[in-house]
Amino acid sequence: MKKGRFGAYGGQYVPEIVMPALEELEAAYAKYKEDPDFQKEFAYYLKEYAGRPTRLYYAEQLTKHYGRAKIFLKREDLLHTGAHKINNALGQALLAKRMGKKRIVAETGAGQHGVASATVAALFGMECHVFMGALDVERQKLNVFRMKLLGAKVIPVSSGTGTLKDATSEAIRYWATNIEDTHYIIGSAVGPHPYPTIVRDFQSVIGAEIRSQMAERGLGTPDYLLACVGGGSNAIGTFYEFRGDKDVKKIGIEAGGRGSRPIDNAKTLSGSGEPGVLHGAYSYLLQDEDGQVVEAYSISAGLDYPGVGPEHSYFKDEGIVTYDSVTDDEALAAFQRLSRVEGIIPALESSHALAYLEKLMPKTSPDETVVVCLSGRGDKDVAMVAKALGEEIE
Amino acid sequence: MSTRLEKKMEARRQAGRKALFIYITAGATGLEETAETVLEAEKAGADVIELGLPFSDPMADGPVIQAASVSALRNGMTTEKELELVRKLRTRTDIPLIGMGYINPMLHYGFEQYARDFRAAGLDGLIVPDVPHEESAELRAACEKAGLHYAEFITPGTTEARMEKTCAGATGFIYCVSNNGVTGVKSVDYSVIGKVCDRARRLTNTPLAVGFGIGSPEAAVEAAKHADAVICGSAVVSRLQEGKKEEAFALIHDMREALDAAYGKENA
Repeated sequence: MKKGRFGAYGGQYVPEIVMPALEELEAAYAKYKEDPDFQKEFAYYLKEYAGRPTRLYYAEQLTKHYGRAKIFLKREDLLHTGAHKINNALGQALLAKRMGKKRIVAETGAGQHGVASATVAALFGMECHVFMGALDVERQKLNVFRMKLLGAKVIPVSSGTGTLKDATSEAIRYWATNIEDTHYIIGSAVGPHPYPTIVRDFQSVIGAEIRSQMAERGLGTPDYLLACVGGGSNAIGTFYEFRGDKDVKKIGIEAGGRGSRPIDNAKTLSGSGEPGVLHGAYSYLLQDEDGQVVEAYSISAGLDYPGVGPEHSYFKDEGIVTYDSVTDDEALAAFQRLSRVEGIIPALESSHALAYLEKLMPKTSPDETVVVCLSGRGDKDVAMVAKALGEEIE
Repeated sequence: MSTRLEKKMEARRQAGRKALFIYITAGATGLEETAETVLEAEKAGADVIELGLPFSDPMADGPVIQAASVSALRNGMTTEKELELVRKLRTRTDIPLIGMGYINPMLHYGFEQYARDFRAAGLDGLIVPDVPHEESAELRAACEKAGLHYAEFITPGTTEARMEKTCAGATGFIYCVSNNGVTGVKSVDYSVIGKVCDRARRLTNTPLAVGFGIGSPEAAVEAAKHADAVICGSAVVSRLQEGKKEEAFALIHDMREALDAAYGKENA
């Protein structure tokens, strides 16, 4: 494979001004990836600060509910800041610190990655600027305030349609302008090389823990692995460890939104996406007949991204992972189901993976196992869900 | 046989004069209006027109050109209509036209077909700011085959090793980015890119055009010191978008005058 490519996908489609920074990052990451001191420090913070390893919880009630395979939840929602995003943010902040950067810039959709970035910036005494689509600022007020409490500056982005993709472009622009003292912590396994690899490596602790936790229980490898896919960071973190395990069926769940037109969903891999270039990488992309990027839609602010991490495109083409989708309504139902059945309120993003159980479980048998990556907790989505269900809570 | 762009740059160089590139987003003030705007810009003193080909996610552009791109797309700009615009312009002017667009629409259309169709329409070159040298081989080959110039970029951060690579195959002109940032940034220290230009000059004879942050006649004169041309985008586009056409053309005119006064019009 060519440098920075997953099959045909990936690459570095960025302005020339960004190239020296990518080269610097690539060299730094190559160095620290092999550095036992760095890995030790990263492991220390993952354990002591973030709360790893996360539990692989046997969801007995949910298992009973379906009466088929045993369901396990990988509880990334129990991490500090409430989602898997902290894994990557910690790793990248430590990298930035060693690179001598004083400022963190990040983009955020649902706000989880922004909160994670603001958190690690506070921890390591770095300045933090978070770009967030104006629409998302409105949808995720709680996370906006959280970031402010943590000392970050939240910059609403109203260009385009004011969502994640516009915030990402703006963060890249800011980075390009302040490259000397700023590190850009990209929040998903997207963007130009080396980001998809760095994010995947920092998130792959999820899958590695699943493997050892299943083994500890004497259950071998799971039969099914489910994770939601927006940009695809929790999914790549879950699947990567098992990429060579042919009998582990890996399914990435995208946002089916409210309909089948490209502007009504975020089905980049499981719908009408075609390979193209967005935010520095060649990958599947929702685009119109003229190669203009389409605005994706999902009830979940973390999934309405028209692109997807390049390694997922490779996994799709190679048949390593299957990609499917569930609708807003199915995700909402799953959100309520897990809350009632297990007493766990999942993030709307993770609810997409949970909703897929409706399709999957009837096909499974009691001697099989299903692991769902519960990528985040749902507190941040409560207001949104109340609104969708017609409840007045304000 | 030299191209329209090469002829224009050579004539300017022989006269000891600096060339003025003006950026205009295709379709931003209405699909029909762009052709007239280009002709007016030429009349006001532009030597080369950079025709902005709008993209939904223009990563290298600042707020002004982003907004112009959004307007153009809302006005219904498409690749087909960009081709029509170039064809239409070619019936009325011989000014070098360089398209500035992003890779995805080109990829979607097919590089070879894209280069061939735009060349046939009368375009002279392409600038693709989200394609660094490393990723450019295929697109460059398509341009070369079709007879389009493909602009390479250098910036203050471009290392010596990269500069050697980018300068080696450059034709038409090299786009020298004045600062670390996006288009439309104000107050730039041009001495930084000046030094970069001097380094590039030792590697190539291809004309050097400095862009990003050039919004006044003074800035144009300053930026042109170490280069063959200056590129003005956001300052013109913002006036056009605000409906202040006369101000936009007056700015082009003033830049032309200032450049010619500073760099030997009397020798022309």
